[in-house]
Amino acid sequence: MTTRHTEQLDRVVIRFAGDSGDGMQLTGDRFTATSATLGNDLATFPDFPAEIRAPAGTLAGVSAFQVAISDHEISTPGDSPTVLVAMNPAGLKANMAVMERGTTLIINADAFDERSLTKAGYAENPLTDGSLNQYTVYEVPMTSITQAAGKEAGVKPRDAERSKNFFALGLVSWLYTRPTDATLEWIHAKFGGKPQVEDANTRAFRAGYDFGETAELFDARYEVRPSTFEPGDYVNVSGNTALSWGLIAAASISKLPMFLGSYPITPASDILHELSKRKEFGIRTFQAEDEIAGIGSALGAAYGGSLGITTTSGPGLALKGETLGLAVSLELPLVVVNIQRGGPSTGLPTKTEQADLLQAMYGRHGEAPVPIVAAKSPSDCFEAAIEACRIAVKYRTPVILLSDGYLGNGTEPWKLPDVTKLGTIEPNFATAPNHENADGTSVFWPYLRDEVTLARPWAPPGVAGLEHRIGGLEKADGSGNVSYDNANHEKMVHLREAKIAGIANDIPDLEVDDESGDAKLLVIGWGSTWGSIAAGVQRTRAKGEKVAQAHLRHLNPFPKNLGEVLSRYERVLVPEMNLGQLSKMLRAEYLVDAQSLSKMQGSPFRAAEIEAAIAEQLGAL
Amino acid sequence: MTTVEIPLTTRKDWSSDQEVKWCPGCGDYSILAAVQMLMPDLGVRRENTVFVSGIGCAARFPYYMSTYGLHSIHGRAPAIATGLSTTRPDLDVWVVSGDGDSLSIGGNHLIHALRRNVNLNILMFNNQIYGLTKGQYSPTSEEGKITKSTPFGSLDHPFNPVSLAIGAEATFVARTHDMDRAHMQEMFRRAHAHKGASFVEVYQNCNVFNDGAFEGITAKDNRAEMLINLVHGEPIRFGADLQHGVVQQSNGALEIVDVASVGLDKVLIHDEHREDPALSFALSRLSSGPTMPTPMGVFRDVQRSEYGESMTAQVEATKAKRGDGDLAALLRSNSFWTVD
Repeated sequence: MTTRHTEQLDRVVIRFAGDSGDGMQLTGDRFTATSATLGNDLATFPDFPAEIRAPAGTLAGVSAFQVAISDHEISTPGDSPTVLVAMNPAGLKANMAVMERGTTLIINADAFDERSLTKAGYAENPLTDGSLNQYTVYEVPMTSITQAAGKEAGVKPRDAERSKNFFALGLVSWLYTRPTDATLEWIHAKFGGKPQVEDANTRAFRAGYDFGETAELFDARYEVRPSTFEPGDYVNVSGNTALSWGLIAAASISKLPMFLGSYPITPASDILHELSKRKEFGIRTFQAEDEIAGIGSALGAAYGGSLGITTTSGPGLALKGETLGLAVSLELPLVVVNIQRGGPSTGLPTKTEQADLLQAMYGRHGEAPVPIVAAKSPSDCFEAAIEACRIAVKYRTPVILLSDGYLGNGTEPWKLPDVTKLGTIEPNFATAPNHENADGTSVFWPYLRDEVTLARPWAPPGVAGLEHRIGGLEKADGSGNVSYDNANHEKMVHLREAKIAGIANDIPDLEVDDESGDAKLLVIGWGSTWGSIAAGVQRTRAKGEKVAQAHLRHLNPFPKNLGEVLSRYERVLVPEMNLGQLSKMLRAEYLVDAQSLSKMQGSPFRAAEIEAAIAEQLGAL
Repeated sequence: MTTVEIPLTTRKDWSSDQEVKWCPGCGDYSILAAVQMLMPDLGVRRENTVFVSGIGCAARFPYYMSTYGLHSIHGRAPAIATGLSTTRPDLDVWVVSGDGDSLSIGGNHLIHALRRNVNLNILMFNNQIYGLTKGQYSPTSEEGKITKSTPFGSLDHPFNPVSLAIGAEATFVARTHDMDRAHMQEMFRRAHAHKGASFVEVYQNCNVFNDGAFEGITAKDNRAEMLINLVHGEPIRFGADLQHGVVQQSNGALEIVDVASVGLDKVLIHDEHREDPALSFALSRLSSGPTMPTPMGVFRDVQRSEYGESMTAQVEATKAKRGDGDLAALLRSNSFWTVD
């Protein structure tokens, strides 16, 4: 056995790509989990088709998982992989566009038969036609070795072949000096109930690891040292999990029982799944008959004094629009979570986009203002969820919480917060009549507002003396009785608007990252573009140029100082995965000549794209 | 055991101070009166009673009750009430709706609330017309009906609401009409007593847009020959001298016959509690509209686990097994690592 040297790398980006049925997401997940426990900083980007099993071997059926692991802090899963693991020709072809010359391709050579090549649209075999000459190519007979390993476990070749993703995982684990124990334990925990499957997967994993060790193919192994993290407990968390936990935290600190009304929709369903598992927190989850019943039931629960939540993606938000309007009129707490995806219509169910900002802002009839909160990274979904609940409860209003498919499915290490320091949310239920009639009788007026917050009392049924009727018809200011009075309607429209606008007094000022303090260009974004923008800004600064960055948590209302911040800069660049929705809002609100940078390709901005756009703006100064 | 006295109340205690704004002569008035007069007898408290409605004339109902009330949006009342009822089992939740609200725009929510057996008392006022939008045909309007939106006659085949409810796995299904307060009250009382979803169709006259739609069967002089009064455990008979009866044919279908010609022992005995809904369904098919002898009363009243109770039981069982949720432990439930 040859001993090889181990090279140190500061960062590596690996992309696993294969058929939808090849288990690429699982492989990527396991590699990520191992790297996380090694102490690397990391970011992931699962990228898969909407079809559960698209036609095997076709480009449409390619499922990929990209992970960046690093010995320093990173904010994106990387622009371009340093290593592509391709399980079949389609996996190779679909990803070559993002592979830069000189990078490494680890290829399952067994899969490059004529039929598979044709399905992937290759006229010639790329392994032999010289088209990959500018890459470091490792051809590995993954299928046949996996089948041979499976045979020892008594598994038929056809079944054994299904373990080849574990072979790939074993090989890459060897190449990047990842420990094997955790993965072997995981295989045992996951497949222990099916001993033959466990055995086959274990053997495939070991075979992959040993192949790296024994085959005279690789001349070095690589090591990515741990990143430096602040002391604390960490988990590798996806946005949808962090968001679910944030909702549970909000229920906990508000001492409100949580009710989730939801209809399954990609990429939001994992929140329904996660919350359904957590009944020990008193959570009631309800898989409704449709999106409308999802929000309707949540609103009914909120009326009854629960923390009402509904989760969805863009098409579902469209269906919830009328009930959102009712919630605005009823002035009840409600959180509507939108894990955005590409649209319009069914669009790109599994691909990310940020094109629902204006829908969140304006997607209702009448003047129906709704606060909007957005998360900027997977772990940030936790805090964003708590903030959405805080605003909803305090101001008796529906709140839209925006995340997206990239944040929802992507993961990053998260330093767990001290749960005793999450603050409190005070429901302040109404307990007694609040108004005296002319005849001296005490009555309850459901629309008598708090002078500071303009919030109305929250009076769930069950309290004698507070019986009241509310509905979607316009209400008289104060008494809440049905009123068609012209002047009252205008007053109520203004009151509802002022209540939401007033939340600006209750949110932090926008912080600007402007190292030198004299940058002339501000890059401002919202939501999941944060990581890409931060990386693009860092690259710019590394070249000695000056650029400021700010990121909005609150999209409605905006932070109070936003206008002043924008006015400090000669140019403002707004990267968004839409046609410029935030830039439109900034232009309308602050008369600023915000420049939009758009991308609608179902994948996040690459740092290089942000860097280039910044350079263009700086060049125009 | 201490019992908390329910204070004695009268109709006035259950009436809000809001002016009732239905058209003069509307059947809704008599339904409202029946409910307001029934409430003091039910042994319930105003503060624990909620009326939820959608949109339509019937949907204004909650404003006139001095209970908690929620006037929501078109068709969605069963969905909203589901969230309320499942999280607040201490409340009596009534849903008041019309034929358009329940069967057209809200059809989906109605059938799912029924099959889940959510603890709701659903009163559907059926006037076979859209009233609030001023006279278009509804999903219960008869074929060929001339309305503003069907000047050449409606092409739609109507729903039979009782058949629909039974088909949707409802555990309690009844029918009554706005001309008979005592019967309405009996049906509402039974609906209230039933645990789970109760569906009551109320034939209701819209004197402006569909006047007299039910007169052929509900007018005092017509009732004896046209209303088939369903009484649990009794032969299904009607007519001034109970001369008509319902028998089951060998092919399972029901037929109206002269009792004298077949003998009383051949007349079908009504069984509300029969698990198999086939006979209740067949009863609902005896009449396809208010021009034929029409059964009134409880078609079906069976027990099945109530949805909110089952949901609560899952929560409680999980708490008992795992203990109350611990947030710090939850955050560490996936593999975590510690950096010193």
